[in-house]
Amino acid sequence: MMTQLSRFYASSIGKKAVVAVTGAGLLAFVFAHMTGNLLIYLGPDAINAYGRFLHELGHGTAIWFARLGLLAMFGLHIVATVQLTRQNRAARPRGYALDGCQRTTSAARFMIVSGLTVLAFVIYHLMHFTLGVGNDYRTAEEYFTMLDGERVHNIHQMVVDGFSVWPVSVFYILAMFLLCWHLMHGFSSVFQTLGAQTHGTRRIVRYAGYGFAAVILIGNTSIPLAVLFGLVS
Amino acid sequence: MSETLNLILKVWRQQGPADVGRFEEIDAKGIPVDASFLEMLDIINERLIENGADPVAFDHDCREGICGTCSLVINGMPHGPKQTTTCQLHMRSFRDGDVIWIEPFRANAFPVIKDLTVDRTAFDRIIAAGGYVSVRTGAAPDANSMPVPKEQADDAFDAATCIGCGACVAACPNASAMLFAAAKIGHLDSLPQGKPETRRRVLAMVRTMDAEGFGNCTNHYECEAACPKEISADWITRMNRLHNKAATIEAVR
Repeated sequence: MMTQLSRFYASSIGKKAVVAVTGAGLLAFVFAHMTGNLLIYLGPDAINAYGRFLHELGHGTAIWFARLGLLAMFGLHIVATVQLTRQNRAARPRGYALDGCQRTTSAARFMIVSGLTVLAFVIYHLMHFTLGVGNDYRTAEEYFTMLDGERVHNIHQMVVDGFSVWPVSVFYILAMFLLCWHLMHGFSSVFQTLGAQTHGTRRIVRYAGYGFAAVILIGNTSIPLAVLFGLVS
Repeated sequence: MSETLNLILKVWRQQGPADVGRFEEIDAKGIPVDASFLEMLDIINERLIENGADPVAFDHDCREGICGTCSLVINGMPHGPKQTTTCQLHMRSFRDGDVIWIEPFRANAFPVIKDLTVDRTAFDRIIAAGGYVSVRTGAAPDANSMPVPKEQADDAFDAATCIGCGACVAACPNASAMLFAAAKIGHLDSLPQGKPETRRRVLAMVRTMDAEGFGNCTNHYECEAACPKEISADWITRMNRLHNKAATIEAVR
């Protein structure tokens, strides 16, 4: 079984399948994360209660399963794509004098660049909000509040304060453009690589991917913009 | 007298596999618009030979668009700007004064032999790994003794039009051979004669393709845009599905 698994991973299509399955999981995460974020528009209690719900689910175990699962998906996705990219570059040591590409997109051509930049953003994002590196979002008393007689983390206050620093917001917005550029190609690639599309549905899948990327872009960038323009405070 | 063109060619010259190679500028004056691209190269070579120079080496055979021998990347596009083979590309597709860049198919798995000729025997080894129906002994079966639905026959024929020229590899930003392998696998998988061996075939051909040093498909769809036989990348979708199913069955059996 282990031999066959390593043989599957050693093959081009096997590695691609790993990228596609982990990519599909990450697409689902990105969507769920955005819908959770949008609770900020329903006021402090909604998003703070959501945060408490996630932390208390399964007596606090669920969040750790989710974190380990995400870490595994990120890890496999990155290791496999870096290996595939290295093989792809080795397969064409010298390029053409003129670029005659007719059908590909910039999103497809710069997947490794957008992907690794998004990785840098994810690390920053985790340090910023989850770990609270260089800020007191996780420790100061002003970032805790009472909800139904219980002391909970004040996510709403943290987000408002975090995005009130405009360079931070600009960085988040730029990162979302890169992420959605990545998703424009990533979404449809999941279907193509797993053999889950046909001649008749290829175009639909491609435009569904553009739609998905647009929804993520609008949903996520709206939050720093709303904070900067004082719509959420 | 037909209309003629004066062109400037930037031709890749490489003495052999070990040579680093370079572009050489060649003045191509008085090229008839009705000449095919290969005939244009013939004219250039005659002039080079008359001047005692080394003619440009390039692959060609049938010159009627069915053998898959001609190659060349013309202005960055395999087989040039029209979706056909280089032998069926005519000089009327170019304008007077054009600069035309002519390069070999570039892929690690297709080493340059000389100038514009490359070694495409990696494709032969992929076919040898499983691109056939195992021979059965006995007399040849009667025609139509094995009924094939019309749709399946049409599908098989679409894939079977692959002439193995390698334009898909040349066009792919990753020099992947997946359209070629997918066409061969899909062709045989579409027919009752080939289907029983699909699992064995897809694993063997994909593994050979990987071992030959081709890149991995990243869904650019450049291959189907360059394919002179207009083979669809939908065959790659199908190959991915067949491969993952075969690998799963192999793993759990």
